[in-house]
Amino acid sequence: MSLKLGVPSKGRLMEKTFSWFDKRGITLSRTGSDREYAGRVDGIEGVSLVLLSAGEIPRELAAGRIHLGVTGTDLVHEKLPLWDQQLEEVAPLGFGQADLIIAVPACWADVDTLDDLDAAAAGFRARHGHRLRIATKYHRLVREFLTAAGVADYTLVDSQGATEGTVKNETAEAIADITSTGETLRANHLKILSDGLILRSQATLWRSRVAPMDAVEKSALDQFLQRLSQ
Amino acid sequence: MITRARILEQAAQLRARFEAAGAQTVETPILQPAETLLDLYGEDIRARAYITSDALRGEQMLRPDFTVPVVQKHMEHGAEPARYTYAGEVFRRQEHDPDRANEYIQVGYEVFDRTNPAAADAEVFALIAQALDGLALRAATGDIGILMAAVAGLKTTEPRKAALMRHIWRPRRFRALLDRYAGRTPVPPARAALLAADDPLTGGAPEIGKRDRADVEARIAVLRADAAAAPISDNEIAGLDALLSVRETMPFALEHLRDIAVDLPQINPALDRLEARIAALRARGIDVDRLDFEASYGRTSMEYYDGFVFGFYAERRPDLPPIATGGRYDALTRRLGNGAEIPAVGGVLRPGLMLLLAEAET
Repeated sequence: MSLKLGVPSKGRLMEKTFSWFDKRGITLSRTGSDREYAGRVDGIEGVSLVLLSAGEIPRELAAGRIHLGVTGTDLVHEKLPLWDQQLEEVAPLGFGQADLIIAVPACWADVDTLDDLDAAAAGFRARHGHRLRIATKYHRLVREFLTAAGVADYTLVDSQGATEGTVKNETAEAIADITSTGETLRANHLKILSDGLILRSQATLWRSRVAPMDAVEKSALDQFLQRLSQ
Repeated sequence: MITRARILEQAAQLRARFEAAGAQTVETPILQPAETLLDLYGEDIRARAYITSDALRGEQMLRPDFTVPVVQKHMEHGAEPARYTYAGEVFRRQEHDPDRANEYIQVGYEVFDRTNPAAADAEVFALIAQALDGLALRAATGDIGILMAAVAGLKTTEPRKAALMRHIWRPRRFRALLDRYAGRTPVPPARAALLAADDPLTGGAPEIGKRDRADVEARIAVLRADAAAAPISDNEIAGLDALLSVRETMPFALEHLRDIAVDLPQINPALDRLEARIAALRARGIDVDRLDFEASYGRTSMEYYDGFVFGFYAERRPDLPPIATGGRYDALTRRLGNGAEIPAVGGVLRPGLMLLLAEAET
């Protein structure tokens, strides 16, 4: 069998991943029609390409169904609580940089820190009768971050997209989301808490610590890693 | 080999022991409405309990403990006084330690009785200690009520006391607040700028969201009042620090706390309760001279307890969670009682862990 490399199946993340490997003499390409998720690897023996949604790559690595995979640090940390036991970081790829942050409406003149957020949440709950809602798709990371900071009286509400719009739509009072330039936040009249950085993320190549390997796959992995380190 | 059958048998024996002590057996559904538990514990419960849902009933939680449903049952139609026992599975989500069980059998004993809280505390502790007899365990005790009394009686503003009280179970945040109210941490620059501004709301950002201008203005008013208030005195801070570091056997701890009460006289009624509890435990045959008491015990893991707290630990197995825990939760009955309340105390045991330890010792 061959070594399986999981790569995001579409968009800029896929293109940038392809070009990152290209610079190292490994050519990844999609085959068949535009709609078919099949691909090939040239320039190295014994490696096959698996095109997947970036969100599924952490799970596939942890289950050992792929040996290598490219996905964001944010997704790995969110989906795999014990990620460092299941995965090893091979190389940060230098693109897809984004920070997972907590942002609140810019008009909240009284809120600049987590400490303020906690006090605002207490006052909000007392006046409005429900907890202060924070919209996010990173439930585990945000909850652990807020628990460690001792923030109470909030609740997380799920938002899988257009999270910055939830405050104006009054489905949430604050958000926790990834941002690279902060432009979308500003356009939606939100500001980042000064101590509200949860995680710095970028596209990263990971190796599964649990995927079974035969001798052929092991030697393909050694060659692959050697090529990357050149 | 500790089979499920043996654990169930052990659980049945424990429950029979509690029935013999006068408890009535109660059953509670495994699926609990999530709303009550979320309201009590907040978002943190999602990390500790399994939540499931259907389109009709919404979010349901796999019973993370029995106390909340037993209190609800009692508050709805319980006679007074009441003693309850139960045995069954509880479910705890585990995200960090794959060796910890996510499903295990728990047996409990709960007392709802207004007449003599000290006697009820001693009754629960002694019954559980007897059930654990023969296992090499260390008992730890504490009393959250002493710290709460100390905070409630501080010579400072009501909003500060409310903020400290709200974070009694979050020691780090509690400490940060205390340092700030004592004037020991510098004011953050953004806060200083906010307080210095004539009209902090002229930033020009459009007003969006449900937390509106009135909320922001109210908080700024609180911050201004707080900035004008005198810091909490060094004397009181030193008293709180001394209180939190008390860790001795029960009678010595009481003596030490009485010394601290010279500076924090507000804790005396809580200390009278501790003294009565020591006498009640002694009357039940507990060797209080060898029983540990830590004033800060139970502050991180036992959120609904607001008085006496205890736990039993396997000293030779520090990897194991406590074999039994319990405490007083008067405030919980108030929260769940729709205006009614009753003093309540209880504890739970883990028969599976008891068998594991008994096996290791033979």
